[in-house]
Amino acid sequence: MSQQLFKDFVKGLWKHNPVFRLILGMCPTLAVTNVAINGLAMGLATSFVLIFSGIVISLIKDFIPSKVRIPCYIVVIASFVTIADLFMAAYYPPIHAVLSIYVPLIVVNCIILGRMEAFAGKVPLKRAFADAFGMSLGFTWALILLASVREFLGFGTVFGATILGAWYPQVLMMKLPAGAFITLGLLIGLMNIVSRKKHV
Amino acid sequence: MFKELLVIFFGAAVVNNFVLYRFLGICPFMGVSRKTRSAVGMGLAVTFVMVIAGAITWAIYHFILEKFGLYYLQYVAFILVIASLVQFIELYMRKNVEDLYKAFGIYLPLITTNCAILGLALLNILKGYSFVQSLVFSIGAGAGFTLALVIMSGIRERLELAEIPEPLKGVPIALIIAGLLALAFGAFTGMLK
Repeated sequence: MSQQLFKDFVKGLWKHNPVFRLILGMCPTLAVTNVAINGLAMGLATSFVLIFSGIVISLIKDFIPSKVRIPCYIVVIASFVTIADLFMAAYYPPIHAVLSIYVPLIVVNCIILGRMEAFAGKVPLKRAFADAFGMSLGFTWALILLASVREFLGFGTVFGATILGAWYPQVLMMKLPAGAFITLGLLIGLMNIVSRKKHV
Repeated sequence: MFKELLVIFFGAAVVNNFVLYRFLGICPFMGVSRKTRSAVGMGLAVTFVMVIAGAITWAIYHFILEKFGLYYLQYVAFILVIASLVQFIELYMRKNVEDLYKAFGIYLPLITTNCAILGLALLNILKGYSFVQSLVFSIGAGAGFTLALVIMSGIRERLELAEIPEPLKGVPIALIIAGLLALAFGAFTGMLK
Protein backbone atom coordinates (compact mmCIF):
# COMPACT_ATOMS: atom_id res chain seq x y z
CA MET A 1 0.00 0.00 0.00
CA SER A 2 2.67 2.50 1.02
CA GLN A 3 4.63 1.50 -2.06
CA GLN A 4 1.59 2.35 -4.16
CA LEU A 5 1.30 5.71 -2.44
CA PHE A 6 4.94 6.46 -3.13
CA LYS A 7 4.43 5.58 -6.78
CA ASP A 8 1.41 7.88 -7.04
CA PHE A 9 3.41 10.66 -5.46
CA VAL A 10 6.64 10.34 -7.38
CA LYS A 11 5.26 10.06 -10.91
CA GLY A 12 4.25 13.74 -10.97
CA LEU A 13 7.83 14.83 -10.34
CA TRP A 14 9.35 13.48 -13.51
CA LYS A 15 7.72 10.65 -15.43
CA HIS A 16 4.34 12.35 -15.75
CA ASN A 17 5.49 15.89 -15.01
CA PRO A 18 2.50 18.04 -15.96
CA VAL A 19 4.54 20.72 -17.72
CA PHE A 20 7.41 18.87 -19.34
CA ARG A 21 5.86 15.45 -20.05
CA LEU A 22 2.07 15.84 -20.18
CA ILE A 23 2.23 19.38 -21.64
CA LEU A 24 -0.74 20.56 -19.55
CA GLY A 25 -1.49 23.93 -18.01
CA MET A 26 0.42 25.89 -20.61
CA CYS A 27 -1.37 29.21 -20.06
CA PRO A 28 -0.13 29.99 -16.54
CA THR A 29 3.18 28.27 -17.25
CA LEU A 30 3.95 30.70 -20.04
CA ALA A 31 2.21 33.77 -18.72
CA VAL A 32 3.65 34.34 -15.27
CA THR A 33 7.19 33.02 -15.58
CA ASN A 34 9.10 36.22 -16.36
CA VAL A 35 10.69 36.25 -12.89
CA ALA A 36 11.22 33.35 -10.49
CA ILE A 37 9.12 34.70 -7.63
CA ASN A 38 6.01 34.85 -9.85
CA GLY A 39 6.60 31.27 -10.93
CA LEU A 40 6.82 30.22 -7.29
CA ALA A 41 3.64 32.13 -6.37
CA MET A 42 1.68 30.62 -9.24
CA GLY A 43 3.02 27.16 -8.40
CA LEU A 44 1.92 27.47 -4.77
CA ALA A 45 -1.52 28.84 -5.65
CA THR A 46 -2.12 26.03 -8.12
CA SER A 47 -0.82 23.47 -5.60
CA PHE A 48 -3.25 24.71 -2.96
CA VAL A 49 -6.20 24.37 -5.34
CA LEU A 50 -5.05 21.02 -6.70
CA ILE A 51 -4.47 19.41 -3.29
CA PHE A 52 -7.62 20.66 -1.59
CA SER A 53 -9.90 19.97 -4.56
CA GLY A 54 -8.35 16.51 -4.76
CA ILE A 55 -9.14 15.86 -1.09
CA VAL A 56 -12.71 17.18 -1.29
CA ILE A 57 -13.57 15.45 -4.53
CA SER A 58 -12.12 12.17 -3.33
CA LEU A 59 -14.32 12.47 -0.23
CA ILE A 60 -17.56 13.31 -2.05
CA LYS A 61 -17.07 11.18 -5.14
CA ASP A 62 -19.63 8.58 -4.03
CA PHE A 63 -22.38 11.19 -3.80
CA ILE A 64 -21.86 12.71 -7.24
CA PRO A 65 -23.92 11.19 -10.07
CA SER A 66 -21.45 10.42 -12.85
CA LYS A 67 -23.41 12.37 -15.45
CA VAL A 68 -22.97 15.71 -13.70
CA ARG A 69 -19.52 15.06 -12.25
CA ILE A 70 -17.67 17.62 -14.40
CA PRO A 71 -19.84 20.59 -13.33
CA CYS A 72 -19.51 19.42 -9.70
CA TYR A 73 -15.72 19.25 -10.00
CA ILE A 74 -15.65 22.70 -11.53
CA VAL A 75 -17.67 24.20 -8.67
CA VAL A 76 -15.34 22.67 -6.08
CA ILE A 77 -12.27 23.88 -7.98
CA ALA A 78 -13.70 27.38 -8.49
CA SER A 79 -14.45 27.66 -4.76
CA PHE A 80 -10.85 26.90 -3.82
CA VAL A 81 -9.60 29.28 -6.50
CA THR A 82 -11.74 32.01 -4.97
CA ILE A 83 -10.23 31.27 -1.55
CA ALA A 84 -6.69 31.41 -2.99
CA ASP A 85 -7.47 34.61 -4.86
CA LEU A 86 -8.94 36.41 -1.83
CA PHE A 87 -6.07 35.21 0.36
CA MET A 88 -3.45 36.53 -2.05
CA ALA A 89 -5.31 39.81 -2.50
CA ALA A 90 -5.37 40.29 1.27
CA TYR A 91 -1.84 39.25 2.23
CA TYR A 92 0.32 39.62 -0.91
CA PRO A 93 -1.25 42.47 -2.91
CA PRO A 94 1.83 43.19 -5.11
CA ILE A 95 2.07 39.61 -6.37
CA HIS A 96 -1.70 39.41 -6.72
CA ALA A 97 -1.61 42.52 -8.92
CA VAL A 98 1.10 41.02 -11.14
CA LEU A 99 -0.66 37.67 -11.57
CA SER A 100 -4.02 39.43 -12.09
CA ILE A 101 -6.36 37.31 -14.22
CA TYR A 102 -4.06 34.29 -14.18
CA VAL A 103 -5.11 33.46 -10.60
CA PRO A 104 -8.84 33.04 -11.46
CA LEU A 105 -7.76 31.21 -14.60
CA ILE A 106 -6.50 28.37 -12.38
CA VAL A 107 -10.15 27.26 -12.60
CA VAL A 108 -9.65 26.20 -16.20
CA ASN A 109 -6.13 24.87 -15.74
CA CYS A 110 -6.33 21.49 -17.46
CA ILE A 111 -3.95 19.90 -14.93
CA ILE A 112 -6.50 20.27 -12.16
CA LEU A 113 -9.59 19.03 -13.99
CA GLY A 114 -7.43 16.34 -15.59
CA ARG A 115 -6.23 14.99 -12.21
CA MET A 116 -9.76 15.13 -10.78
CA GLU A 117 -11.15 13.18 -13.72
CA ALA A 118 -8.27 10.72 -13.98
CA PHE A 119 -7.52 10.21 -10.31
CA ALA A 120 -9.30 11.92 -7.42
CA GLY A 121 -12.76 10.93 -8.67
CA LYS A 122 -11.80 7.25 -8.65
CA VAL A 123 -9.42 6.44 -5.81
CA PRO A 124 -9.49 6.63 -1.98
CA LEU A 125 -8.40 9.76 -0.15
CA LYS A 126 -4.80 8.74 0.59
CA ARG A 127 -3.95 8.00 -3.02
CA ALA A 128 -5.71 11.14 -4.29
CA PHE A 129 -3.66 13.19 -1.85
CA ALA A 130 -0.37 11.54 -2.85
CA ASP A 131 -1.14 12.12 -6.51
CA ALA A 132 -2.17 15.76 -6.05
CA PHE A 133 0.89 16.44 -3.89
CA GLY A 134 3.26 14.93 -6.46
CA MET A 135 1.65 16.75 -9.37
CA SER A 136 1.78 20.03 -7.44
CA LEU A 137 5.47 19.65 -6.70
CA GLY A 138 6.11 18.69 -10.31
CA PHE A 139 4.23 21.73 -11.59
CA THR A 140 5.91 24.08 -9.12
CA TRP A 141 9.49 23.00 -9.84
CA ALA A 142 8.86 23.20 -13.56
CA LEU A 143 7.53 26.75 -13.20
CA ILE A 144 10.44 27.81 -10.97
CA LEU A 145 12.98 26.35 -13.42
CA LEU A 146 11.41 28.08 -16.43
CA ALA A 147 11.05 31.38 -14.55
CA SER A 148 14.61 31.23 -13.20
CA VAL A 149 16.06 30.70 -16.67
CA ARG A 150 14.06 33.62 -18.01
CA GLU A 151 14.90 35.88 -15.09
CA PHE A 152 18.59 34.99 -15.31
CA LEU A 153 18.81 35.72 -19.02
CA GLY A 154 16.40 38.64 -18.96
CA PHE A 155 17.55 40.54 -15.87
CA GLY A 156 20.75 38.81 -14.73
CA THR A 157 19.13 37.93 -11.40
CA VAL A 158 17.47 34.88 -9.81
CA PHE A 159 14.74 35.41 -7.18
CA GLY A 160 15.74 39.07 -7.23
CA ALA A 161 19.35 38.33 -6.18
CA THR A 162 21.87 39.87 -8.56
CA ILE A 163 24.10 37.27 -10.18
CA LEU A 164 25.35 39.08 -13.22
CA GLY A 165 26.27 42.70 -12.50
CA ALA A 166 25.37 45.90 -14.24
CA TRP A 167 27.72 45.03 -17.12
CA TYR A 168 25.26 42.35 -18.26
CA PRO A 169 23.34 43.42 -21.38
CA GLN A 170 19.84 42.24 -20.45
CA VAL A 171 18.16 40.13 -23.09
CA LEU A 172 14.94 41.99 -23.83
CA MET A 173 13.39 39.04 -25.66
CA MET A 174 13.37 36.96 -22.46
CA LYS A 175 11.13 39.51 -20.78
CA LEU A 176 8.69 39.48 -23.70
CA PRO A 177 6.09 36.78 -24.41
CA ALA A 178 8.36 35.40 -27.14
CA GLY A 179 10.94 34.45 -24.50
CA ALA A 180 8.38 32.33 -22.66
CA PHE A 181 7.48 30.29 -25.72
CA ILE A 182 11.04 29.75 -26.89
CA THR A 183 12.48 28.93 -23.46
CA LEU A 184 9.73 26.40 -22.75
CA GLY A 185 10.14 24.82 -26.19
CA LEU A 186 13.87 24.38 -25.67
CA LEU A 187 13.41 23.10 -22.10
CA ILE A 188 10.92 20.45 -23.22
CA GLY A 189 13.37 19.47 -25.96
CA LEU A 190 16.10 19.18 -23.32
CA MET A 191 13.87 17.03 -21.09
CA ASN A 192 13.19 14.80 -24.09
CA ILE A 193 16.93 14.25 -24.54
CA VAL A 194 17.46 13.54 -20.83
CA SER A 195 14.58 11.08 -20.52
CA ARG A 196 15.58 9.29 -23.72
CA LYS A 197 19.08 8.73 -22.33
CA LYS A 198 17.57 7.37 -19.13
CA HIS A 199 15.57 4.74 -20.98
CA VAL A 200 18.50 3.41 -23.02
CA MET B 1 -16.58 56.94 -29.91
CA PHE B 2 -15.95 55.03 -33.11
CA LYS B 3 -12.22 55.55 -32.85
CA GLU B 4 -12.22 54.26 -29.29
CA LEU B 5 -14.02 51.07 -30.34
CA LEU B 6 -11.54 50.62 -33.18
CA VAL B 7 -8.68 50.89 -30.70
CA ILE B 8 -10.30 48.22 -28.50
CA PHE B 9 -10.79 45.93 -31.49
CA PHE B 10 -7.22 46.14 -32.79
CA GLY B 11 -5.85 46.08 -29.28
CA ALA B 12 -7.53 42.73 -28.66
CA ALA B 13 -6.88 41.30 -32.14
CA VAL B 14 -3.24 42.12 -32.87
CA VAL B 15 -1.42 44.32 -30.34
CA ASN B 16 -2.33 42.28 -27.27
CA ASN B 17 -3.19 39.14 -29.19
CA PHE B 18 -4.96 36.65 -26.92
CA VAL B 19 -2.73 33.73 -27.81
CA LEU B 20 0.63 35.33 -28.49
CA TYR B 21 0.56 38.11 -25.90
CA ARG B 22 -1.81 37.02 -23.14
CA PHE B 23 -1.12 33.26 -23.48
CA LEU B 24 -4.83 32.42 -23.42
CA GLY B 25 -6.12 29.44 -25.36
CA ILE B 26 -2.75 27.74 -25.73
CA CYS B 27 -4.24 24.23 -25.56
CA PRO B 28 -6.34 24.51 -28.75
CA PHE B 29 -3.55 26.58 -30.28
CA MET B 30 -1.25 23.58 -29.92
CA GLY B 31 -3.86 20.89 -30.42
CA VAL B 32 -5.98 22.05 -33.35
CA SER B 33 -3.41 23.93 -35.42
CA ARG B 34 -2.19 21.05 -37.57
CA LYS B 35 -4.61 21.64 -40.46
CA THR B 36 -5.77 25.04 -41.68
CA ARG B 37 -9.31 23.76 -42.14
CA SER B 38 -9.75 22.71 -38.53
CA ALA B 39 -7.96 25.86 -37.37
CA VAL B 40 -10.58 28.00 -39.09
CA GLY B 41 -13.39 25.88 -37.61
CA MET B 42 -11.97 26.12 -34.10
CA GLY B 43 -11.36 29.85 -34.49
CA LEU B 44 -14.94 30.50 -35.57
CA ALA B 45 -16.38 28.32 -32.82
CA VAL B 46 -14.33 30.12 -30.17
CA THR B 47 -15.26 33.55 -31.54
CA PHE B 48 -18.93 32.60 -31.52
CA VAL B 49 -18.87 31.37 -27.91
CA MET B 50 -16.72 34.33 -26.84
CA VAL B 51 -19.24 36.89 -28.08
CA ILE B 52 -22.21 35.19 -26.42
CA ALA B 53 -20.37 34.29 -23.20
CA GLY B 54 -18.88 37.79 -22.97
CA ALA B 55 -22.31 39.39 -23.26
CA ILE B 56 -23.99 37.07 -20.74
CA THR B 57 -21.23 37.21 -18.12
CA TRP B 58 -21.16 41.00 -18.46
CA ALA B 59 -24.89 41.16 -17.78
CA ILE B 60 -24.65 38.73 -14.86
CA TYR B 61 -21.84 40.68 -13.25
CA HIS B 62 -23.44 44.08 -13.59
CA PHE B 63 -27.08 43.18 -12.96
CA ILE B 64 -26.78 40.44 -10.34
CA LEU B 65 -23.36 40.13 -8.68
CA GLU B 66 -22.67 43.86 -8.42
CA LYS B 67 -26.19 44.72 -7.33
CA PHE B 68 -26.15 42.30 -4.42
CA GLY B 69 -22.46 42.63 -3.58
CA LEU B 70 -21.73 39.01 -4.40
CA TYR B 71 -18.28 39.69 -5.87
CA TYR B 72 -16.82 36.54 -4.37
CA LEU B 73 -19.14 34.41 -6.50
CA GLN B 74 -17.70 35.82 -9.72
CA TYR B 75 -15.48 32.87 -10.67
CA VAL B 76 -18.00 30.18 -9.76
CA ALA B 77 -20.80 31.99 -11.59
CA PHE B 78 -18.73 32.70 -14.70
CA ILE B 79 -17.41 29.19 -15.16
CA LEU B 80 -20.86 27.67 -14.62
CA VAL B 81 -22.39 30.06 -17.15
CA ILE B 82 -19.72 29.28 -19.71
CA ALA B 83 -19.98 25.52 -19.22
CA SER B 84 -23.76 25.43 -19.50
CA LEU B 85 -23.75 27.91 -22.37
CA VAL B 86 -21.45 25.71 -24.40
CA GLN B 87 -23.68 22.69 -23.74
CA PHE B 88 -26.73 24.67 -24.70
CA ILE B 89 -25.22 25.97 -27.94
CA GLU B 90 -24.17 22.44 -28.84
CA LEU B 91 -27.68 21.04 -28.26
CA TYR B 92 -29.31 23.89 -30.14
CA MET B 93 -26.99 23.60 -33.10
CA ARG B 94 -27.37 19.85 -33.34
CA LYS B 95 -31.14 20.20 -33.48
CA ASN B 96 -31.66 23.30 -35.58
CA VAL B 97 -28.61 24.22 -37.62
CA GLU B 98 -27.15 20.92 -38.59
CA ASP B 99 -24.77 22.25 -41.25
CA LEU B 100 -23.13 24.54 -38.77
CA TYR B 101 -22.94 21.72 -36.23
CA LYS B 102 -21.17 19.48 -38.71
CA ALA B 103 -18.73 22.28 -39.51
CA PHE B 104 -17.58 23.09 -35.98
CA GLY B 105 -19.70 21.13 -33.52
CA ILE B 106 -16.86 18.80 -32.62
CA TYR B 107 -14.84 21.75 -31.29
CA LEU B 108 -17.54 22.89 -28.90
CA PRO B 109 -16.96 20.47 -25.98
CA LEU B 110 -13.28 21.44 -26.00
CA ILE B 111 -14.18 25.07 -25.48
CA THR B 112 -15.56 24.74 -21.94
CA THR B 113 -12.11 24.55 -20.40
CA ASN B 114 -10.59 26.95 -22.90
CA CYS B 115 -9.06 29.64 -20.76
CA ALA B 116 -9.53 32.22 -23.53
CA ILE B 117 -13.28 32.31 -22.84
CA LEU B 118 -13.05 32.73 -19.07
CA GLY B 119 -10.11 35.09 -19.58
CA LEU B 120 -12.20 37.25 -21.87
CA ALA B 121 -15.09 37.37 -19.39
CA LEU B 122 -12.71 38.38 -16.58
CA LEU B 123 -10.90 40.98 -18.68
CA ASN B 124 -14.21 42.59 -19.67
CA ILE B 125 -14.93 43.19 -15.99
CA LEU B 126 -11.36 44.10 -15.02
CA LYS B 127 -11.13 46.75 -17.71
CA GLY B 128 -14.52 48.19 -16.73
CA TYR B 129 -15.88 48.07 -20.27
CA SER B 130 -19.40 49.16 -21.13
CA PHE B 131 -21.65 46.65 -22.86
CA VAL B 132 -20.82 47.83 -26.40
CA GLN B 133 -17.13 48.03 -25.61
CA SER B 134 -17.15 44.49 -24.23
CA LEU B 135 -18.89 43.24 -27.39
CA VAL B 136 -16.24 44.82 -29.59
CA PHE B 137 -13.53 43.44 -27.31
CA SER B 138 -15.01 39.92 -27.64
CA ILE B 139 -15.11 40.10 -31.43
CA GLY B 140 -11.57 41.46 -31.56
CA ALA B 141 -10.33 38.74 -29.22
CA GLY B 142 -11.99 36.05 -31.34
CA ALA B 143 -10.56 37.51 -34.53
CA GLY B 144 -7.09 37.60 -32.99
CA PHE B 145 -7.41 34.01 -31.79
CA THR B 146 -8.50 32.85 -35.25
CA LEU B 147 -5.69 34.81 -36.90
CA ALA B 148 -3.03 33.26 -34.67
CA LEU B 149 -4.46 29.77 -35.16
CA VAL B 150 -4.61 30.07 -38.96
CA ILE B 151 -1.07 31.45 -39.27
CA MET B 152 0.20 28.69 -37.02
CA SER B 153 -1.59 25.96 -38.98
CA GLY B 154 -0.14 27.26 -42.25
CA ILE B 155 3.35 27.02 -40.83
CA ARG B 156 2.74 23.59 -39.30
CA GLU B 157 1.46 22.17 -42.58
CA ARG B 158 4.81 23.09 -44.11
CA LEU B 159 6.64 21.82 -41.07
CA GLU B 160 5.42 18.28 -41.75
CA LEU B 161 7.95 18.18 -44.56
CA ALA B 162 10.82 19.80 -42.68
CA GLU B 163 13.66 18.02 -40.96
CA ILE B 164 13.48 18.70 -37.25
CA PRO B 165 15.90 17.44 -34.59
CA GLU B 166 14.31 14.42 -32.93
CA PRO B 167 13.90 15.82 -29.37
CA LEU B 168 12.22 18.98 -30.69
CA LYS B 169 9.55 17.19 -32.71
CA GLY B 170 5.92 17.94 -31.90
CA VAL B 171 5.18 20.39 -29.10
CA PRO B 172 8.67 21.90 -28.57
CA ILE B 173 9.05 23.07 -32.16
CA ALA B 174 5.47 24.38 -32.12
CA LEU B 175 6.34 26.42 -29.00
CA ILE B 176 9.48 27.81 -30.61
CA ILE B 177 7.50 28.82 -33.70
CA ALA B 178 4.89 30.42 -31.47
CA GLY B 179 7.73 32.35 -29.86
CA LEU B 180 8.90 33.65 -33.24
CA LEU B 181 5.30 34.59 -34.08
CA ALA B 182 5.00 36.41 -30.75
CA LEU B 183 8.18 38.28 -31.62
CA ALA B 184 6.66 39.29 -34.96
CA PHE B 185 3.43 40.39 -33.27
CA GLY B 186 5.56 42.38 -30.85
CA ALA B 187 6.13 44.79 -33.72
CA PHE B 188 2.54 45.98 -33.27
CA THR B 189 3.35 47.25 -29.77
CA GLY B 190 3.05 51.00 -29.71
CA MET B 191 0.76 51.07 -32.73
CA LEU B 192 -2.11 52.32 -30.58
CA LYS B 193 -0.74 55.40 -28.90
